[in-house]
Amino acid sequence: MAVKSMVSPVIGQFYSRPDPQQPPYLQPGDAIAAGATIGLVEVMKTFTRVEAEEAGRFVRYLVEDEDMVMPGDALFEYEA
Amino acid sequence: MRRLFIANRGEIAVRIIRSAHALGISTVQAVSEADGDMLAARLAGATVVVGPARASKSYLNGAALVQAALESGCDAVHPGYGFLSENAEFAAAVEAAGLVFVGPSAQIIRRMGDKVEARLTAKAAGVPTVPGSDGRVTPETAHAVAEQIGLPLMIKASAGGGGRGIRIVERREELETQLAQASAEAKAAFGDGGLYLERFIRRARHVEVQIIGDGADVVHLYERECSIQRRRQKVWEEAPAVALKPEIRAALCESAVRLGRSVNYKGAGTLEYLYDEESERFFFIEMNTRIQVEHPVTEMITGLDVVQEMLRIAAGRRLSVRQDEVVARGHAIECRINAEDPRRQFAPNPGVVTEFHVPGGPGVRFDGAIYPGYRIPIFYDSLLGKLIVWGETREAALGRLRQALAEMQVSGVETTLPLHRSLVEDPEVLESAVHTNWLEAWLAAHFSPGHAGPTGGGQT
Repeated sequence: MAVKSMVSPVIGQFYSRPDPQQPPYLQPGDAIAAGATIGLVEVMKTFTRVEAEEAGRFVRYLVEDEDMVMPGDALFEYEA
Repeated sequence: MRRLFIANRGEIAVRIIRSAHALGISTVQAVSEADGDMLAARLAGATVVVGPARASKSYLNGAALVQAALESGCDAVHPGYGFLSENAEFAAAVEAAGLVFVGPSAQIIRRMGDKVEARLTAKAAGVPTVPGSDGRVTPETAHAVAEQIGLPLMIKASAGGGGRGIRIVERREELETQLAQASAEAKAAFGDGGLYLERFIRRARHVEVQIIGDGADVVHLYERECSIQRRRQKVWEEAPAVALKPEIRAALCESAVRLGRSVNYKGAGTLEYLYDEESERFFFIEMNTRIQVEHPVTEMITGLDVVQEMLRIAAGRRLSVRQDEVVARGHAIECRINAEDPRRQFAPNPGVVTEFHVPGGPGVRFDGAIYPGYRIPIFYDSLLGKLIVWGETREAALGRLRQALAEMQVSGVETTLPLHRSLVEDPEVLESAVHTNWLEAWLAAHFSPGHAGPTGGGQT
């Protein structure tokens, strides 16, 4: 098992939860399926879904909810 | 009114500042921490930082906006469009602070903002609405209601929205099974199986009527045609709507005035309708109690300044025109220039505008918010500005538009300019043979990723 990270495809504001009233998409230790939603990046009122590239186990978010992210910024760590 | 607070940003803030200054009213511009360099901030008499970049903490923070307006010595607040422009609580808070809200009262905003209430108000004023069930149907009542509405009809989920939970029934035999399936789906998707029925208009045009009222009188400024839309966002707008016969245009505009008068409307407002070309009937869908993005096409054909009218009315003056003095002349077209890449599913494209050339000549106008060196923030919508042309005829307007689009240059970010350059050459656009689903089908055929588009490739 190797710890990997996934990067943001776009510039924008990162959200780790579907809306402010809800818990984050993932908790440390959660199993993730390929294609699962990890978070959202908002740019100019348009939301881009960040999806897991492969199956694995979620370790942690590397950015805070509502942080600004740039393309290539690592968003989260997972084991696969 | 001596000093106006602008509780908005972008091109509409610029537009409001221009009209206010022309009337001798000074301006104070609300800015978020991300907007200190925007064009409106440069043009306004003064600026006040109202909060952080995120709109929820700045342009949507009613308390901060009211406080900023008071502390900067303003006596009125213009809300623009979007943000808090149709928020009844904000309008009430502005008035409660002793300031003038440039728009209708909180009570009218609330009433016309509620779809059911607006529909009832329209019906009471004798304005046709889309035939449908008044409220929910049950399997027992559905057949009788369907008989009244006629086919084809839509089954919609009461708890749905944004196009979700809609089924179309073409034949009577299908009704029963479709209802059962729709109810089960709605229950699974929304936790509520409630359904209602509405006439399905296969090829609807979006037409709308601009009205202005001073609380005593209401006049219309004719109609606009806004059928060219993508995902319910207007892309290209015109005035007048050439598809309407003169007697239908007259009836449409009169219906809007009737509705406005029935609520003693004060301010600028727009009544939106669907127009069914087959039956030549129009149906009221909703009212916007604010200035709209596409108001310039109305200004171009009537010669009126809608924002100045709003300010005059808010200052307690009467309308500057009577209905018989509102004369529509020629034809106007507006193209929305967005920081979106039409070749990549309209992906937003923030960045720095490196070069910017505005076209000119008779009948050409640009209402925008950009300048060379301007960094487009990522926090707000993608509208950079609107290219508007006027001509004595629609053909003349299209000719000027073609030239203006060819001249216009925005470098540094991808924009929707290439889309408009293709649309202005399209035979169906030239004939205005469009409806509300026309653009999405056209995009799939002509402008999908990798497709060069009818006018050839090239990034602009």
